[in-house]
Amino acid sequence: MVELEYPFDNEYVMKKRKSLRRTLLADGTKRLKKKIAVFGGSTTNDIVVYLELFLLNNGIEPEFYQSEYARYWQDAMFPSEELLDFQPDIVFIHTTSRNITAYPTAADSKEAVSGLLEAEYQKFEQMWQKISDTYHCPIIQNNFEMPFYRIMGNKDCCDYRGRSNFVNRLNEKFYEYAEKTEGFYINDIHFISASYGLKEWSNPLYWNMYKYAMCVEAIPEFSLNLANIIKSVFGKNKKALALDLDNTLWGGVVGDDGVEGIQIGQETGVSQSYYEFQSYIKSLKQLGIILTVCSKNDHENAIAGLNHPEGALKPDDFIIIKANWENKDRNIIETAAELNILPDSIVFVDDNPAERAIVNAQIAGISTPVMDSVENYITTIDRNGYFEVTNFSEDDLKRNEMYKANAERAAQQASFTDYNEYLLSLDMTAVIDDFIPIYLQRITQLSNKSNQFNVTTKRYTPTEMEEVFHSGNYIRLYGKLIDKFGDNGVVSVVIGKKDGDTLHMDLWIMSCRVLKRDMEFAMLDRLTERCKEQGIHTIKGYYYPTAKNKMVKDLYQTFGFEKIEEDNEGNTVWQLNVDSYENKNHVIKVEDNSSIQ
Amino acid sequence: MDSKTIYARLNKVFRDVFDDDSIKVTPKTTADDIDDWDSLEHITLIAAVEREFKMKFKMGEISSMKNVGEMASIIAQRAK
Repeated sequence: MVELEYPFDNEYVMKKRKSLRRTLLADGTKRLKKKIAVFGGSTTNDIVVYLELFLLNNGIEPEFYQSEYARYWQDAMFPSEELLDFQPDIVFIHTTSRNITAYPTAADSKEAVSGLLEAEYQKFEQMWQKISDTYHCPIIQNNFEMPFYRIMGNKDCCDYRGRSNFVNRLNEKFYEYAEKTEGFYINDIHFISASYGLKEWSNPLYWNMYKYAMCVEAIPEFSLNLANIIKSVFGKNKKALALDLDNTLWGGVVGDDGVEGIQIGQETGVSQSYYEFQSYIKSLKQLGIILTVCSKNDHENAIAGLNHPEGALKPDDFIIIKANWENKDRNIIETAAELNILPDSIVFVDDNPAERAIVNAQIAGISTPVMDSVENYITTIDRNGYFEVTNFSEDDLKRNEMYKANAERAAQQASFTDYNEYLLSLDMTAVIDDFIPIYLQRITQLSNKSNQFNVTTKRYTPTEMEEVFHSGNYIRLYGKLIDKFGDNGVVSVVIGKKDGDTLHMDLWIMSCRVLKRDMEFAMLDRLTERCKEQGIHTIKGYYYPTAKNKMVKDLYQTFGFEKIEEDNEGNTVWQLNVDSYENKNHVIKVEDNSSIQ
Repeated sequence: MDSKTIYARLNKVFRDVFDDDSIKVTPKTTADDIDDWDSLEHITLIAAVEREFKMKFKMGEISSMKNVGEMASIIAQRAK
């Protein structure tokens, strides 16, 4: 909903909050239901009102528990029946500088202040531990905003007796805890209050009259910032940017003005602003955000503009470049399909309001922030928190490379008429062998993530996978695939349980990243080889249909198994005679664990 | 600003804040007359009135206003 995208019209949102809520709830979107417990050190009613709006707008329907006024600590440490029954999915602790119980005074010694700091901190850490032990759910904790006055003036920030100094030191301790604790997130009101304007934010009227720790007008912005963390934790982040070019990534129109005529670089204030924006986008790429272009331009003009020597972005930074005269919504739908992501996980960045309106009307759930003037571009994208980072992994760092390699494979495939020849041209090497400890985590993760190429949809907890790993009753295989465009990592897992001279297949999964590469045949070849070594003559395969695994309904048939049972629900049982099996993979070179250890 | 304009604009703010198009405010209207007008909604209402008339109430005024009439007379002195 455009009304709730930053920079939203605060006055409008505050005035129309009830009707906005009604509209969102009636729009037919299917939302995740989540329970949020709010432990407040000040009034939280309005915070919850706007938080609900921004979460609804991000595909989450919250249910709230609010502690009695300022009873955050008591509620956390001694939960009521009501709270225990509520079973929150996430806990938010809304404390502010107003809740610091003992600030240093001018008479305190350095040691005394350190003691105060530790005592204040311990109160919080104790509470976090208790919440974590009780609910096993993520925790969001405010840091502290700066106090709105400075007893010691400028020295307040660097003298151990200063309140500002005390707040900063306390914040540092919170960050240390956040850094080492999974599922613990800081809601950065230190930044948001500064960005809003500390003087207005901390207007004492709101504390003294209503016990709000911030002015009422700042609450929507506060709530948006908080909603961003929550929706990120629950997997509702955006994944890709579809960027317009003319007057979005540079000033001017490259088709009319020529490459030398567009504004980008260090020459003027305007060109510097576009350069800064390009640099910002480039930093997003490093976080694993996928960059694509969606521009009405001739392709060669677009490429020429992106190759401008003064630009921060180059054509190579984009996974897909759609520069043509098609409607933009169609280009975006195609982009999404090519990347195998949903259109609503794209943010469309375009200075032209007409283009934004069309895209917004045609693609449900897509974000189309208002890009009104280049100096505001960064803040607009940034504050909307589309890509809010709550967890950052190796995979995120590599994501662009992976998508890029996929796009290159697709391009290469188009140039081959014979598919087998294409597969051979990929120079594929696989490592297929028994599990080894370094991959156990990835193997478990894959067993819990794979939905489509998964015949039994059996899930394993880390402990269960550990048991399978250490047991002599199984034949286990993992498969890792490398080709000339890159390393795909561990992409397939097979687990069979031994029963005399028969092997019962508990699990056969593969990542859809490597569909149609004959990887499944390479896995089967290795499996039958291991069976022969261990005196197993028969393999029994099982297929249990789900809403998502139709793709592998006939997997065992293509493997050459014979169907021996089928029930009314479509569950099937298959059988293979190992002794007469002949290898099926002829395109992947297969190695074993010795090649990587 | 004449009192008719003030009441017309106030009425619109009340309808938005309480999401109720049947509201008609008069000088005698108090929190008892409007269902949702509790102490929490009062904060939203004050903020919305301040924005509508581009003015601020003083802290003492917020706690002493007894009805819409008193609110309107403060607005009449200070609104732009």
